[in-house]
Amino acid sequence: MVDVAFQPNSVLETRVVRKRASLRTALKRKSTAAFLMTLPLILLVTILVIYPAFYSLHLATLNKSMQRFVGFGNFEFLFKRETFWLVVKQSCIFAITAVVFKALIGFIVAHFVHNVPAKGQRKWRGMLLVPWVIPPAMSTLAWLWLFDPSYSAFNYTLSFFHVGPIAWTGDAYWARFSVILVNIWFGAPFFMILYLASLKSVPEQLYEAAAIDGANWWQRIWYVTLPMMRNIIAITLLFSLIVTFANFDIVRILTAGGPLDHTHIFATWAFRVGIEGGDIPLGASVSLFMFPILAIAAVFILRDINQRGNEA
Amino acid sequence: MSRRRLSRRQFVAATAMSSAALITAPYIRGAHAAGKLTMGFWDHWVPGANKASTDLVNEWAAKEKVEVSIDYITSQGNKNLITIEAEAQAKSGHDILAMPTWWPHAQSDLLEPMNDVVEPLITLNGAVNGTVQYLGKSGDKWLGVPACIGSQIKGPCSRIDLMKKYAGIDVQEMYPAGSPPKADNWNTDTFLKAAEACHKGGFPFGIGLGETSDSVDTVGAFFLAFGAEVVDVKGNVVVKNDNVRQVLEYYKKLMAFLPPDAPAWDDASNNRWLVSGKGALIMNPPSAWAVAKRDAPQVAEQCWTHGFPVGPKGRFAPFLPYFWSVWNFSKNKEAAKSLLTHLSQPASVERLVEASGGYDLPAFEKLTTLKVWAEEGPPKGTLFHYPNPYNHQKLSIAASPAPPKIAQQIYTQATLTKMCVRFYQGEAMEKTLAWAEGELEGFMRS
Repeated sequence: MVDVAFQPNSVLETRVVRKRASLRTALKRKSTAAFLMTLPLILLVTILVIYPAFYSLHLATLNKSMQRFVGFGNFEFLFKRETFWLVVKQSCIFAITAVVFKALIGFIVAHFVHNVPAKGQRKWRGMLLVPWVIPPAMSTLAWLWLFDPSYSAFNYTLSFFHVGPIAWTGDAYWARFSVILVNIWFGAPFFMILYLASLKSVPEQLYEAAAIDGANWWQRIWYVTLPMMRNIIAITLLFSLIVTFANFDIVRILTAGGPLDHTHIFATWAFRVGIEGGDIPLGASVSLFMFPILAIAAVFILRDINQRGNEA
Repeated sequence: MSRRRLSRRQFVAATAMSSAALITAPYIRGAHAAGKLTMGFWDHWVPGANKASTDLVNEWAAKEKVEVSIDYITSQGNKNLITIEAEAQAKSGHDILAMPTWWPHAQSDLLEPMNDVVEPLITLNGAVNGTVQYLGKSGDKWLGVPACIGSQIKGPCSRIDLMKKYAGIDVQEMYPAGSPPKADNWNTDTFLKAAEACHKGGFPFGIGLGETSDSVDTVGAFFLAFGAEVVDVKGNVVVKNDNVRQVLEYYKKLMAFLPPDAPAWDDASNNRWLVSGKGALIMNPPSAWAVAKRDAPQVAEQCWTHGFPVGPKGRFAPFLPYFWSVWNFSKNKEAAKSLLTHLSQPASVERLVEASGGYDLPAFEKLTTLKVWAEEGPPKGTLFHYPNPYNHQKLSIAASPAPPKIAQQIYTQATLTKMCVRFYQGEAMEKTLAWAEGELEGFMRS
């Protein structure tokens, strides 16, 4: 029989030492450091985004007086409302039209700026970014004065050419045009600057090779520029689609959803119903309706980017 | 080191002595002995008006030994509404909060009953009008104290010269300063003829048809003048009736004489219309006149605030009261009630009205004849009839008498204005009524 000295303390000590060592190793890991450094942001996002998102999900399941659980009752109610479908239609028209034109204008202007000699290019870049830098609530106020029903500067100018007056915000179709126009004006510089950065990263040799093969201007754009910019175009489209769908300030300031609800989008109608109308659960349901639309768009676009990344 | 031990006898003696000292010692009140009180008041348009309420609160606080803190919350961008909703959700916030029109009813379950404040005030200051009762009372429970600050009548403000020149109407003679109105002929037909004449003269009436409060209030008063209910007092949708058809026909005629962009107007548009000198009449409290006094004195001295035209079912004017409500989660309800009683005393009300240049309107009957309205000018007496001193018109709010929670939806969604615009733009009457019926049925949610 062999005597084995039982030493419980030494086992514990070994465990503690191991734990300390593993903690030290964990802290030395890059991923741990990265996590700790992003922790303030994670906390901020949790408090300001995730908690409100879940809270609005909870609100959307309550009745108007917020005393009874109604499940999907609010959504069922919305689906039967004519105004709700008008808002869905307008949100889609607003977001898709604005994003397409922002991308198009951004793409064209980026090419112009790219071709400006390097010496003067910084000035142009700076000037063209101005609309995007000004807080939209402020710049929209300026637009409001330009479109003002009674004292429009645009109408004053047009009157010299015997045109107008145009009811920029008074007629349903002109009002839609106006809110989309302001959104394009505000958002196009964002596209422009990203496309410009992307253009600068396209290797010059590709254009030289295309030129040797006899490619014309259009073929160079179609076969060289666009394929090289596909990912950035997809990401900017997705990002802008999300931001434009969720827009509030431009429509709220310019038309407040009128006339006859013809410029309401999800966020402005949610505010009208929820805050002004005192029906918080219905307002929450309207604002949440954006989520599945944007989630589906995000899945498709990101999957496409991912596939191309794997191919590369 | 030696430690002295406390014996049982010594402990009992010390306890008895300290208790006796506490009981017999004189009660010393510290600077803030009665606790803290926070309030969110409406941030007044009129420069300097907030100072009057601050002074009144501070005087009360010094006397009652309460530590007070006031936040002036603007209604620009509906910040006050957002604050109300946020505090209701959080069940935390100001002890007293100023709530406009529909909000006491919207938050009725979370509000402290104020009967013990309002009822003595009615005895002291006289009865409140029907609209204040409709908006401020749920069953027998007063949901807030009718506030003077921010309460307003949105009656006509006419240009004396233009009305005389184009419509042949002397508004000063019709509503003389210092004496009862002689406005029997001031009816909806006369109003329509005056609108047409001023339109022909190049100075159209500036009445909005947008979705904001001023447009809704005006159309609401006309609906009531024609007896046009869309939802009755029991909450039944009754929009398909002849009175509604009649008022829509009337408004269609009237709209032809309004600025073509009226459907895009907001609450600032009518003010600008008057101040710029482009129009002969707007529907507004005296804020537009006050701005004109500063920016366009030649316009201000031609302005006269007066009553609404009478319709087939009576003379109605939009009245938008504010209430000071106390949350049921307030930590100092008694102090809040004491302060609100102080702010509603006749002397306090007079100071508040004077500080606002006559803009603020007390809801109590005996407080509608203060000297400020008789003296304000130019022209002197321009505001004399603003507080409805002879009960010449019935003070009302659009969408009443529908139950307030339904009426709030009708008001906020501007259903009445939209009906007028749709019909004016060529939609068939029955189609407009069917659309309205669908909308109204959607407002019945509970």
